[in-house]
Amino acid sequence: MLTIANKTFHSRLLLGTGKFSDFNVQKQAVIESGTEILTFAVRRMNIFDADQPNFLELIDTDQYTLLPNTAGAANAEEAVRIARLAKASGLCDMIKVEVIGDQETLLPDPLETYRACETLLSEGFVVLPYISDDVVLAKRLEDLGVHAVMPGASPIGSGLGLLNPIHLQYIIDKADIPVIVDAGIGSPADAAAAMSLGADGVLLNSAVSGAKDPVKMAKAMKLAVEAGRLGYEAGRIEKKLSAVPSSPVEGMSVVD
Amino acid sequence: MKVRVNGKSIDLPDDILTIEQLLSHFHLENKLAIVEKNKEIIDRKTYKTRTINEGDQIEIVHFVGGG
Repeated sequence: MLTIANKTFHSRLLLGTGKFSDFNVQKQAVIESGTEILTFAVRRMNIFDADQPNFLELIDTDQYTLLPNTAGAANAEEAVRIARLAKASGLCDMIKVEVIGDQETLLPDPLETYRACETLLSEGFVVLPYISDDVVLAKRLEDLGVHAVMPGASPIGSGLGLLNPIHLQYIIDKADIPVIVDAGIGSPADAAAAMSLGADGVLLNSAVSGAKDPVKMAKAMKLAVEAGRLGYEAGRIEKKLSAVPSSPVEGMSVVD
Repeated sequence: MKVRVNGKSIDLPDDILTIEQLLSHFHLENKLAIVEKNKEIIDRKTYKTRTINEGDQIEIVHFVGGG
């Protein structure tokens, strides 16, 4: 069970809703993923096209926890504004704080992220900041009171997987709040690896929406997250530099 | 009445006086629209009573797909 603030979730997979080519495929992928938390972005409406479909209208919003992001924000003030707009929907009080500090790498600005979190916490939001894999920043945000930290595995949408598992491990080991590995996951193996490290959850989007078969990939991610978590809980064996036979060494005379 | 909606200058008919009427004017009354007027986020419950005035800067936003 994944607990964020006062909410508990069975699924440890958080799914983004961007870049799906087809709403029906997306809906099916959401179902197959087993996710209970969906991320969204906040954008201007096209006021001259009221018929434009919206994915939110196609799902039962009571069944999912909505996690809007502040994507598009370049500083704390913009992030806070987007968060307040999202909350005004009346559908959510959780916010993924995403303040991009570099347009090429889309890496988050740690100082602006921290400032945004500070304000949003004082306003009663459930705050989940997207951060780089920096354990010191993660702990500083935890001390501030954020409800989870979401370090990136690699740059957003890159699909490069876990570039620095040691840094993620530091955060997982030191943090007393949920650690959700967000961004850069490319394959089910990546998701399983993140969970095997002891992450509390994985947030991904492009790995599913961009897959050849998003519905099948959604299911693969669900299974990978479960497998990784089970493996972590089961406790893997130590790595050794020499072989240890799996078969008994007694009664060898049978092959003499 | 001239207002700016989502960055566009728009001349509204004279009978559009409230946020609710503005949304209906654009056929957005059944959409999950969040409205900001002159940088103030408007409580959904007050769309019926909150008025629009000449020169208002209005933003109408919603949730879209994102990661």
